[in-house]
Amino acid sequence: MNDLLVANSVSKSFGGFRALNEVSIAVPKGSIFGLLGPNGAGKTTLIRIINQITMPDQGRVLLDGQPLKTEHIRDIGYLPEERGLYKSMKVGEQCLYLAQLKGLSKTEAKKRLKHWFNKLEIGDWWNKKIQELSKGQAQKIQFIVTVLHQPKLLIFDEPFSGFDPINANLIKDEILQLREEGATVIFSTHRMESVEELCDHIALIHKSNKILDGKLNDIKRQNKTNTFEVGLASLNKDRVFAEIQDKFEVLPATFKNLNDDMKLNIKLGLDTSPNDLLSFLTSKAEVHHFVEVIPSASDIFIQTIKNN
Amino acid sequence: MNHLPLIIKREYLTKVKNKSFVIMTFLSPLIMIALIAVVAYLSQLNNDKQRTISILDETGYLKDVFQNTDNTTYTNLSGLAFDDAIALVKEKKDYGLLHIVKVDSLDDFADNVKFYSEDSPSLSIISGLESKIEKRLREMKLQKDGVTISQIEASKTNIEIEQESFDGEKSSKIDNVVKLAFGGAAGYLLFMFIIIYGNMIMRSVIEEKTSRIIEIIISSVKPIQLMMGKIIGTSLAGITQFIIWVILGGVLMVVVSTIFGIDLTQVKTPQQEMMNQAMQAEGAQAMAENLIVSIGNLPMTNLIIAFMFFFISGYLLYSSLYAAIGAAVDNETDTQQFMLPIIMPLILAVYVGVFTVIEDPHGTVSTVFSFVPFTSPVVMLMRIPFGVPLWQQGLSLLLLIGTFIFAVWFAAKIYRVGILMYGKKPTYKELFKWLKY
Repeated sequence: MNDLLVANSVSKSFGGFRALNEVSIAVPKGSIFGLLGPNGAGKTTLIRIINQITMPDQGRVLLDGQPLKTEHIRDIGYLPEERGLYKSMKVGEQCLYLAQLKGLSKTEAKKRLKHWFNKLEIGDWWNKKIQELSKGQAQKIQFIVTVLHQPKLLIFDEPFSGFDPINANLIKDEILQLREEGATVIFSTHRMESVEELCDHIALIHKSNKILDGKLNDIKRQNKTNTFEVGLASLNKDRVFAEIQDKFEVLPATFKNLNDDMKLNIKLGLDTSPNDLLSFLTSKAEVHHFVEVIPSASDIFIQTIKNN
Repeated sequence: MNHLPLIIKREYLTKVKNKSFVIMTFLSPLIMIALIAVVAYLSQLNNDKQRTISILDETGYLKDVFQNTDNTTYTNLSGLAFDDAIALVKEKKDYGLLHIVKVDSLDDFADNVKFYSEDSPSLSIISGLESKIEKRLREMKLQKDGVTISQIEASKTNIEIEQESFDGEKSSKIDNVVKLAFGGAAGYLLFMFIIIYGNMIMRSVIEEKTSRIIEIIISSVKPIQLMMGKIIGTSLAGITQFIIWVILGGVLMVVVSTIFGIDLTQVKTPQQEMMNQAMQAEGAQAMAENLIVSIGNLPMTNLIIAFMFFFISGYLLYSSLYAAIGAAVDNETDTQQFMLPIIMPLILAVYVGVFTVIEDPHGTVSTVFSFVPFTSPVVMLMRIPFGVPLWQQGLSLLLLIGTFIFAVWFAAKIYRVGILMYGKKPTYKELFKWLKY
């Protein structure tokens, strides 16, 4: 059993609207799982089903091999996209309350809060009211509350929104460290660069259906087009370009480097290896830049959505 | 995991520690008492005012009719001419002059009584004078027809019908007044409680929505637990406030009346004055005794138990609906359209209670409305002091509890869906759809 969370063809309708249509995902233990999709695709519905906020119409969800039940609440930490705190309550009181709702004892919660408050350097906020904090500061509190009870499964919905780059980095490092310590993370976001940075698995949901999932690297491999980005310096650009165009499929490329190069994307057929291309190019011009074009998460996202 | 106590505790403490709640709790009785004190003081001023009324009786019929009282002195100006009398009254700054023009026959008397004063005289003074003159005139007319004073006195009888039910339970008029007071107080208390604290629950649900904490909470506890915790916590805060109001009000009442020497119970209105006069006639002593007996006659055990059950069920029924409204909308201004269906049956209940229970506590209208769940808490509480068969109370309570459970289920459904809906004001049709989510 290597999957911490398995959803088996989960469906959910709201009135006549089908929000999820037989969606299945498997989140491996210790992974950071990117749950992606355009707005209104059904991500939040799926996350709410995992959190037992809404019940699925069909299908079931297993956590650690067991069907979801109330006790699992303390195994999950959820940071929703629409999040806030009681404005007029003091930070300390509020954290204690939320931690106790997750099943921690008051003393244990206090101990852990002290630790986290020191770690994120917010120790002096204990007696402040939430309304005195900035948005980013409140987000820190929400993050702490989400992870405080050391859940097996962490669900973050747009965790970086509202953070400045420094604090976003701080939170990113904390997420990575939690994963090191054994937590599994489901990560829902529209920021593809953080998907690129953090996720090792992704699932793409579009119009209530799952249209793609797997290891991010596998998906990239499947989606690559055998295209190479090259930068060439030559005294006779036009002739070299004509010769390359004669042998390969060529598109213009844009990237930055220091020289006034010819910048090309060269797509190889299945019978040509990168080495063949490279030796051909070196015989014609000076090669400054030679990189395989790997599709970014963002490219995959846009392409897959377009194709569906 | 049962988080209910934790939620109740938080809701209670947040309410009780809230600044405006604290201020309201301690300021309201102060304001109330201050208001009563001012009214009492003013009416005392009014009562203490000495008046002199001059009488110019040219007929001589009304010689012994006007007896001085604490506040009113009558001066007899008989023998003076009218112009002189008026001048004298003006000069003495008397309250007014009652002028009875000389008439030949008793029949013309009625048309020849006039009252002159600087300002228009108070209604109670004029009617006091009128009744005195009428009484005298009637006696004189009867005497003219040959009836003696002693015969007139002997003809007066005071009827007090003794009431007894078929079961041999005795009651009197004062009993009914006491019953009405108890029932009315209970019903009205429930009404006020629902309006004040129902609104408070609604606001607290809206606050959770607007602060966006709801989804965080909801991932830890079941919505119905949160809703019940909210209702119970807020109600406990409400009960705390009520108890403080009663105690503080009582203490302040005593303090103010001893310090300022104002008898707060003596806020006299003209009607009360008439009642007091009536009471004096019957004997205040006997009245007070009757009152105590009447209170003793009330079915106290039944009253207290029924009060608790109907109060709690009725309150929970309405407050769960308030919670559902709070969950359905985004801000307080959107609540209006949903408030009407809640307020209507409440007001109906109070009206039915006030108008029909007084008239006929066991009549069709009162009985029916004491079974209809949305009006039954108020109407039944008003009826119970008059003695309602236990099976009726039981049935009504059963219906109420059934409805209450249904309402909580209904509210929980709306609540569960509504708290996660942002941005748009739902219609009734949408609310209905939510039930099926």
